[in-house]
Amino acid sequence: MEYTNKVLDHFRNPRNVGELEDANAVGKVGSPSCGDKMEMYLKIEEGIIKEAKFMTFGCAAAISSSSVATELLKGMRVEEALQLTNQRVVEELGGLPEAKIHCSVMVEEAVQAALEDYEQRKKQEII
Amino acid sequence: MREVYLDYAATAPVEQRVLHKMNEAFEHVYGNPSSMHLIGRKAKGYVEAARESIAAYIGADPKEIYFTSGGTESDNWALKGVVEAAKQKNAHIITSAIEHHAILHTCAYLEERGCRVTRLSVDANGSVNPQEVEKAICPDTVLISIMTANNEIGTILPVAEIGRIAKKHNILFHSDAVQALGSVKIDVNEMNVDLLSFSAHKIYGPKGIGAMYIRKGTPIANFMHGGAQELSKRAGTHNVTGIVGFGEAVEMLRENDAKYVAHYNQIRTDLYRQIQENVEDVLLNGDEENRLPNNLNISIGYVEGEALLISLDMEGICVSTGSACSSGSMAPSHVLGALGVEDEFIHGTLRLTVGRYTTKEDIDYTAKKIKEVVDRLRAMSPLYKDRRK
Repeated sequence: MEYTNKVLDHFRNPRNVGELEDANAVGKVGSPSCGDKMEMYLKIEEGIIKEAKFMTFGCAAAISSSSVATELLKGMRVEEALQLTNQRVVEELGGLPEAKIHCSVMVEEAVQAALEDYEQRKKQEII
Repeated sequence: MREVYLDYAATAPVEQRVLHKMNEAFEHVYGNPSSMHLIGRKAKGYVEAARESIAAYIGADPKEIYFTSGGTESDNWALKGVVEAAKQKNAHIITSAIEHHAILHTCAYLEERGCRVTRLSVDANGSVNPQEVEKAICPDTVLISIMTANNEIGTILPVAEIGRIAKKHNILFHSDAVQALGSVKIDVNEMNVDLLSFSAHKIYGPKGIGAMYIRKGTPIANFMHGGAQELSKRAGTHNVTGIVGFGEAVEMLRENDAKYVAHYNQIRTDLYRQIQENVEDVLLNGDEENRLPNNLNISIGYVEGEALLISLDMEGICVSTGSACSSGSMAPSHVLGALGVEDEFIHGTLRLTVGRYTTKEDIDYTAKKIKEVVDRLRAMSPLYKDRRK
């Protein structure tokens, strides 16, 4: 399995690891039985993502995809974040082995889940 | 950077002594062992000496040893050859769920061609109950194939007992002994086997050479057709240097196997103790007592196997995982799946196999690095976070 240097860098020194205490958008996807679980925490203010953190149980591709996604997300408007595709994450990593593309799809799903959570919270006016 | 090889079950380096003997054969023994002349006979002498070494080591007659290209060929030959020779519709094979793919995929191939296959499940230690084997026997059963020891989890299976059952019911018994050779006493009569598969590269010999023990009188069809080599059962010009290397590797076992086993056992036990002391939530896979002396297979909770493997690789430590996320399904190996290891642990499985050259320093370094790596991965694992809460 050949990983790019960027993947290995983000795997070894992942950015923005941890729970975000005051997150107002949380997305959780995957499960232990699938072998990967991802949690995305965002803090959104006035439609802009101010903070992004993650926790991931998974392989090097899953961890580096999550890490690079948090970097991309910071400063993005919600509408832009909704357009964040797994291809964009893969591009940012300089590529992923074919068998690992699903890891980047999980990140996309985690971001979508977080943004959905944000919409729900807004509807319930808890924000 | 320090380089630590802990994947001896995948393959072992060629021993210097083996290499010297092979070099001698490369330089001076170029003949075809099938040629009648002086140069051919000289080559034949080398081949037959190796055959005798192997036969002596496993309590067989040299005429019962057939050279092949390796463990996979031997396994394929045993299954396909016995089924073909049985000339029987709906031939039935009994095997286990934890066999090597060389057995399981061959079984699947034979199923597509009308065979029926029973894959016995294993207990929590990865062992097969001989009574279950007996229960699975039916009038169509032509072969029982149960491995001597498992390559992933190291469990040693009760083959002698299974062999007795096979004999009682007059059914042929094959065992894949590729991983067991050198670590477990192999005696074809004590084990009651009719066919045994071997490979040289697991015992510090060269790759690309193996053998099959075929008990005299066992009905088996040819796998390779061509010349009259190997008593006309396995055609193809002999891989003379490979055979010479295999023979020398077995000679080393004949002289020193007890010493090697003691070394494996000591170093493996030390490694496990250190990991247990340093890392919490570690499960041992396979049988604690009845296991290969060089095998340590552990599941580390709340972290993923490939992430462990790559992190250790970055520290120069070469191990293997039975749970690499190599496909979209992220499925753990069929062996771990058969054991029923729980979800939070099964994906964090590492197989560490020690060898003749593994030192105390290697083990101390590895245990230390495993702790560092696990701590780092757990710090970002949502499963570990939830467990702590």
